Amino acid sequence: MTTATETTPRQPGALSAAISDSFAVAGRNLLNYRRVPSLLMASTVQPVMTVLLFYFIFGGAIPVPGHEYVDYLIPGILGWSVIIGAQGTAVGLAADVKAGLVQRMWSLPVSRPAFLAGRIIADTVRNAVVAVIVLGMGLLLGFRPDGSPAAVAAGVALMLLFGFAASWIFAAIGLGVGNPESAQAATFPPMILMVFSSSAFVPPDTMKGWLQPYAEHQPLSAALGAVRGLMLGEATTGAVIEALAWVVGLLVVFVPLAVRGYRKAA
Amino acid sequence: MTAPAILVEHVRKSFGEVTALDDVSFKVERGEVFALLGRNGAGKTSTVRILTTNSTPDAGRAEVLGLDTVRQAAQVRNRIGLTGQYAAVDDNLTGRENLRLIGRLTHVPRRELADRVDGLLDRFGLTEVADRPVKGYSGGTRRRLDVASALVHKPPVLFLDEPTTGLDLESRLALWDMVKELVAEGTAVLLTTQYLEEADRLAQQIAVIDGGRVVAEGSPAELKAKVGASVVEIGFAQEELVRQAADLLTRLEGSAPQREGTVLRLNADDGAAATMRAMTILDAHSLMPTTLALREPSLDDAFLALTAHTGESA
Repeated sequence: MTTATETTPRQPGALSAAISDSFAVAGRNLLNYRRVPSLLMASTVQPVMTVLLFYFIFGGAIPVPGHEYVDYLIPGILGWSVIIGAQGTAVGLAADVKAGLVQRMWSLPVSRPAFLAGRIIADTVRNAVVAVIVLGMGLLLGFRPDGSPAAVAAGVALMLLFGFAASWIFAAIGLGVGNPESAQAATFPPMILMVFSSSAFVPPDTMKGWLQPYAEHQPLSAALGAVRGLMLGEATTGAVIEALAWVVGLLVVFVPLAVRGYRKAA
Repeated sequence: MTAPAILVEHVRKSFGEVTALDDVSFKVERGEVFALLGRNGAGKTSTVRILTTNSTPDAGRAEVLGLDTVRQAAQVRNRIGLTGQYAAVDDNLTGRENLRLIGRLTHVPRRELADRVDGLLDRFGLTEVADRPVKGYSGGTRRRLDVASALVHKPPVLFLDEPTTGLDLESRLALWDMVKELVAEGTAVLLTTQYLEEADRLAQQIAVIDGGRVVAEGSPAELKAKVGASVVEIGFAQEELVRQAADLLTRLEGSAPQREGTVLRLNADDGAAATMRAMTILDAHSLMPTTLALREPSLDDAFLALTAHTGESA
């Protein structure tokens, strides 16, 4: 084995390298979930508990004109679960910082966003599993979407895509904090701000007047508007476009911020 | 003309008010082990981080194989391996999976990767534990995997940041052997350590770093020579006697001995004669030592002598 040759390693094209690097990292993170199932618990148990909580306890007190509450709730829970998933992204990256893995990754010829994208891809796969569980529970509890199966699937896909984009916000926070316990605490306020002042569990028009404009148009509510539209058979192109615009907007702002956090954490 | 493996010129780095590196310069030739020797916080890791592109210098420049670590960072990363102070491996993956991951990320051709991973596992004595999760590895085994991870893409320049901190003697010896083998094959190694013995055993060239400055540089032999040909150590029963003896010797011998507890240490080119003179002076003042030793200087002596001024002012 000779190590001191002066040949330049052959590099694949930048984009294909970025994609293959991302999937290599995603593979590593998925293996982690397989080896340590407890890592999956938080992101599965919380949405499931929330379904039960709102269905059996709070739901009766929340009027949703024109819908059974469970039809309103299940898409909301999908939104809640991708945000919980994003918190998991933050905690996982913070753990990687603490373990020194981020420092090593930075010193390798790995395309810059790949280490982050890989984790977020793996977490999106995990979110998909959680979504299936939530939908299954919903069907058991009487969730009857009026949309076609294809439209319901599109709704789930759109929520997963939104979760992918929102995860970059949390990735930036996790990298900035750099240790898992603090990451848990640091992501709590944005999580609450995003989920509870949205249309996830409660229609915004029942909230305080000054809060309504925010609650109706903030990113998660925009995504939920489109997802509910697709699932409940009231799809409007405008809502889907608004949701997709948020996805693009979040990625444009937070991918560079997260990469900057990665650079600082390395 | 080929560029040196590593070139650091007038590098400065501060973190807020704290100056981590204050005009650091040194050069590492290809196929050489170069040791950065210093205490905690001396600036060793800051230097490594700049060379591995994890950090950028405030002033000055750093090059790896003639490539600038700021402007040509991507090319630098293709040519270096890093083993940091933490064993940066994924606990939940097996040893083999860890190496394969690094191989994929460094774009080792797929058909070569399996063989290369097997080769590294074999060479670092990891074959037996290769398919177990890293979580169950001992400290020494983790370290070996960590070093192996840094070699998957066959980097010509390797950074080992305190590689043996916290290892037992056996693991330390094993790691030293591996470093020697790598260097014999032409890899240049920058090693940081607080252990003089480690620098002495492995490095052809040593830079002593203290307070963000290189306070001395040379081969182990040259550094020892800076302290004088021999060291005289005179021990006393009480602190008070040490102080009196130090004053006397400073006054009459003209060179200030170093004090460490109840021991006085003299660096001298003429060890035996210096001992005789010292004993004569002490005898004339009825200062009886309890122990007396005349020996060759160790790297410890060199280190203490070279960093004494900063050590005392702190």
